[in-house]
Amino acid sequence: MNCQQAKPLIDPYADGELEAAATLELERHIHDCPACARAWRNLQSLKKTLKQDSLYFNAPMDLRRKVKAELHSPLGTKSRWSLPNWNWLTGVTTGLATACLALLLTLMLLRPSAQQQLTDEIVSSHIRSLMANHALDVVSTDQHTVKPYFNGKLDFSPPVKDLAAQDFPLIGGRLDYLDGRSVAAVVFQHRKHIINLFVWPAKEADSQPAMLASRQGYHVIHWSEAGMTFWAVSDLNEKELMEFARDLTGGGN
Amino acid sequence: MDDRERLKLFEQAVLPHLDAAYNLARWLAGNDHDAQDVAQEASLRAFRFFGNFRGENARAWLLTIVRNTFYTWLRKNRPPENTVEIDDETLAIEDASANTEALNPQFADADVVRRAIAELPVEFREVVILREMEGFSYKEIADLADVPIGTVMSRLARARKLLQKQLAAEFNRGAQP
Repeated sequence: MNCQQAKPLIDPYADGELEAAATLELERHIHDCPACARAWRNLQSLKKTLKQDSLYFNAPMDLRRKVKAELHSPLGTKSRWSLPNWNWLTGVTTGLATACLALLLTLMLLRPSAQQQLTDEIVSSHIRSLMANHALDVVSTDQHTVKPYFNGKLDFSPPVKDLAAQDFPLIGGRLDYLDGRSVAAVVFQHRKHIINLFVWPAKEADSQPAMLASRQGYHVIHWSEAGMTFWAVSDLNEKELMEFARDLTGGGN
Repeated sequence: MDDRERLKLFEQAVLPHLDAAYNLARWLAGNDHDAQDVAQEASLRAFRFFGNFRGENARAWLLTIVRNTFYTWLRKNRPPENTVEIDDETLAIEDASANTEALNPQFADADVVRRAIAELPVEFREVVILREMEGFSYKEIADLADVPIGTVMSRLARARKLLQKQLAAEFNRGAQP
């Protein structure tokens, strides 16, 4: 190793981010090269200098108190920045809107709606399927295997589509129990993320995919199409889960 | 999970990192008043987005929000400042550090160091804070700042060169009668 090769490695070496083989070579070079040895000592002392406690700004008590107060106040967690150039009128409007919203939220929180209960049920079902390692009763990436699996087990035939081309490959299916009935769980994967798609017949008007909730890091999207209700749940980020739902409903907005 | 539970969890998992949030905000914004604003806003945003938190690294997660909040604030409140493209020109200083004697931390007065850090372009300043004061790995910094690891490494190396140059200059000035 020469100096030119050694130089860019000194920083990662000091940060403990250099792989073992390169570390050995660099150490040998530093041992023999006074210039690189000096650069290495300089860097170490700079690192020590920057780690002095007196350079670290601890949160003032005042900030701690303000944050706690806002978190605990009923209207607390709204952003104070949402309106950069507010005048008194927008101020009043925002105030009213916030009050209405708060009232609405309070009413909603007081009595969990049927939909919220169902959403909770869906998230729990998703988590259970991951924990018990029994996400799948039928393992197949072929829609013509997964779809017939449900025949005779359900009184309806869930649409099963493969989205491998859109990077949401089908990986299988299983029976699940939701909303007081047996439902189809069609399972997809996106990178390392599992998506459970729950399907059952429901008397609902057709609706576009809508993000319903995020609970414990899981997102839930719901839509209805042709007499079936669809619930997609995953720890995938909201944007990608929405793409999945759109791809499934035929794409587009 | 009801709201009270959510708040309790948030207070246990995230609020212990308020020091880190303020420290980063303070170094980015440059003064206490703005830093408190940024850290407070970021904490409230974090609470609103708490549902998206996957329970991995609460400090890194909170600091990502602090950083985003700061840049939002910066766009609204300050004309574009030293976001100058730092390229190899700046690196004409490349070998300056190699020629100076090892910097002894006992001689590096905290105020001098503080000034040297504050003078770094903000993209450099943040990697120095995240690496040296928070001890994050290159990978964690890359995720946090949403840049490739290579960029983290080059910014960090350049920031250190600039700091060494600055501190060496101060040290030499102090050494002269």
